[in-house]
Amino acid sequence: MINGISIYEILTLTTIIFFIGVYGFLTRKNLITMLLSIELILNASAINFVVINTYLFPENLQGVIFSIFVVAVAAAETALAVAIIINLYKLVASVEVEDTEIMKF
Amino acid sequence: MDFTYTIYIPLIPLAVFLLLGLNYDKIKPSISGWIGSLGLFTSLVLSYYTAYKYFFEVGKVDGVYQTFVHKWRWMTFTETLQIDMGVLIDQISVMMLIVVSTVSFLVHLYSRGYMKGDTGYTKFFAFLSLFTFSMMGLVMAANLFQIYIFWELVGVSSYLLIGYYYTKPSAVLAAKKAFIVTRFADLGFLIGILILGYYTGTFDFMELTNPEGTAITNWASSSFMGLSVLTWGLMLIFIGGAGKSAMFPLHIWLPDAMEGPTPVSALIHAATMVVAGVFLVARLFPMYYFVEDGFALNLVAWVGAFSALFAAIIALTQNDIKRVLAFSTMSQIGYMMLALGVSEYEGHNGLGYMASMFHLFTHAMFKALLFLAAGSIIHAVHSNYLKDMGGLRKYMPITHITFLIAALSISGFPGFAGFFSKDEILVAAYEHNKLIYYIGVFVAGLTAFYMFRLYFGIFWKKDTKYEQIPHESPASMTIPLIVLAFMSIATGYIHFSEYVSADHQSFEAHLNYPLAAIAVGVGLIGIILAYIFYKKENNLSLKVSQGFGFLYESAYNKFYIDELYMFITKQIIFKRISAPFAWFDRHIVDGTMNLIGNTTVFTSKKIKGLQSGRVQDYAFAFIAGGVILAMIFIYNWII
Repeated sequence: MINGISIYEILTLTTIIFFIGVYGFLTRKNLITMLLSIELILNASAINFVVINTYLFPENLQGVIFSIFVVAVAAAETALAVAIIINLYKLVASVEVEDTEIMKF
Repeated sequence: MDFTYTIYIPLIPLAVFLLLGLNYDKIKPSISGWIGSLGLFTSLVLSYYTAYKYFFEVGKVDGVYQTFVHKWRWMTFTETLQIDMGVLIDQISVMMLIVVSTVSFLVHLYSRGYMKGDTGYTKFFAFLSLFTFSMMGLVMAANLFQIYIFWELVGVSSYLLIGYYYTKPSAVLAAKKAFIVTRFADLGFLIGILILGYYTGTFDFMELTNPEGTAITNWASSSFMGLSVLTWGLMLIFIGGAGKSAMFPLHIWLPDAMEGPTPVSALIHAATMVVAGVFLVARLFPMYYFVEDGFALNLVAWVGAFSALFAAIIALTQNDIKRVLAFSTMSQIGYMMLALGVSEYEGHNGLGYMASMFHLFTHAMFKALLFLAAGSIIHAVHSNYLKDMGGLRKYMPITHITFLIAALSISGFPGFAGFFSKDEILVAAYEHNKLIYYIGVFVAGLTAFYMFRLYFGIFWKKDTKYEQIPHESPASMTIPLIVLAFMSIATGYIHFSEYVSADHQSFEAHLNYPLAAIAVGVGLIGIILAYIFYKKENNLSLKVSQGFGFLYESAYNKFYIDELYMFITKQIIFKRISAPFAWFDRHIVDGTMNLIGNTTVFTSKKIKGLQSGRVQDYAFAFIAGGVILAMIFIYNWII
């Protein structure tokens, strides 16, 4: 609970962060940068959990605890993604997403 | 009397066919000749035994010849429509068995010498046996369906035998022509069978031809366009018979069928297969006579008379001896048809029927003899044409004498078999239809003329210098000639009216001396004219033919019937009728199918961009879908 800031403002913030992440994922060329954008999305969702927990259900702790889960998932998924990128690098010698358009019509 | 053993008469040649056909490359040729001949001989003995038993012992009960039928149920469609297979033994089937077995056996013996050295020797005997099986099955058929089956089998055998020299294109074409023309006629036959079967409820010959049975007495029950339905059926069946018997206008296959080996011409296209049409009309004769007071029978008479005249005129001009004999066959079958056509039913009025069968019997003998003798001549001279022959009487005495006997027989010379049978036909015609009688007498004169034109042209004419001295044929070929020559004389003395008649009762047929004298006179005029024209080489015949001008040209070209049919098929049917249909099929039907295919390809080209292979495009689709779903949920939640 932060005095003077309503829930709406923070939810707006997380939405903006979320969609910046989506935009980044859809438009970046470098695979690593796409991973950064995914992190943004996950972080935005984590903030969402915490905020709703503290503002609407102050006695409980589920939201906050769940944000730890989100961080764990983010870490695992990043590790997996980096492994894929490394294997992909062995194939196409590049980390640009344009060079992975092989399986098309 | 149990005649079931007669089933073996056709089955023995069938067994020979299977034996020779399946082992044609393993059996030595001479053995196959013996096997074929031996099989036929067994059938011959059985046929003669059946004839003896039927005509002299058990056939006649109270003066009426009985019909013995043994049948087995084959297919059942409904309670009322059933098809049996069986053997039917009556006067004409026994008579035909004798004709077929005798001529076939003699042709087998002859072929042993004629086809010697040919590579397909075993195949030839296999096909001959197949044919004999089919023909015997045809004459013993107990119902319309069975006769149709054997009818087609006979057509197939004819195709195989005409096309025997399969490396020769003209033979292949002739075989196809024969099969296609007869198959086309058989369409009429099939429709006729179906009509008859449907409206009378039966296919069985005994029930159909019973004058007191329901089939005949109710003939007027259904009619179509002014004629009874049964009349239409009978006329269609006659079309089938006309095709097989080479009546005008379905005769075009018979001259071309001479491309086959000569024993085949003797057996199939002279003595047996071509008379199948006559046999069919004779088999259904009570129906033809009683239905619509013989309307269909009238058609039979006129088609027969016209064909006889037509063929005789063409035969006058031909130079290939086998073609002359082919047209002669067509003419004589015309005689048989016209005799049936003018016949009535009871007793002496059924003279036409008896005369037709009598002529069938004698014709088989002397025509087979003529063909086999022609084969002997062709074998010696290596040519089919009259211009390459002459003076052969010095080199081939047996062939000469037997040919002369056959020629005298066919011309109706007194004392020979043809005189008796042809005379009966003319008497029957005289008693019922004067115009047909005059046509018959005229054709008799023409027959004598063209036959002796052949005789003098081959054996007299001039002393041709042959490069290879022609020699008389070996005994295997001359013995059948001698036997047939004997038959060409002796069969005339059988009192046929005692054995074969329309109402199954014997009657007396006497020689009508005035009419006989007229016929003999006309024949003698023909012979004398041929003597004048052809005995020594001169250009009298050339001047006369030039005098006839256009008429001679048309007769020489068989009255352009083949060209007419070619014109109708190519210009009218192919170009005017088939071509538009083909255009429709190719452009519109195929076009629609192609349109459907092309639309699919076009659509796929347009939407294949969806699979771009870019991860970001897929993610975009994913998110867009999610957003839209969220909006729909919120919308439903608020409203």
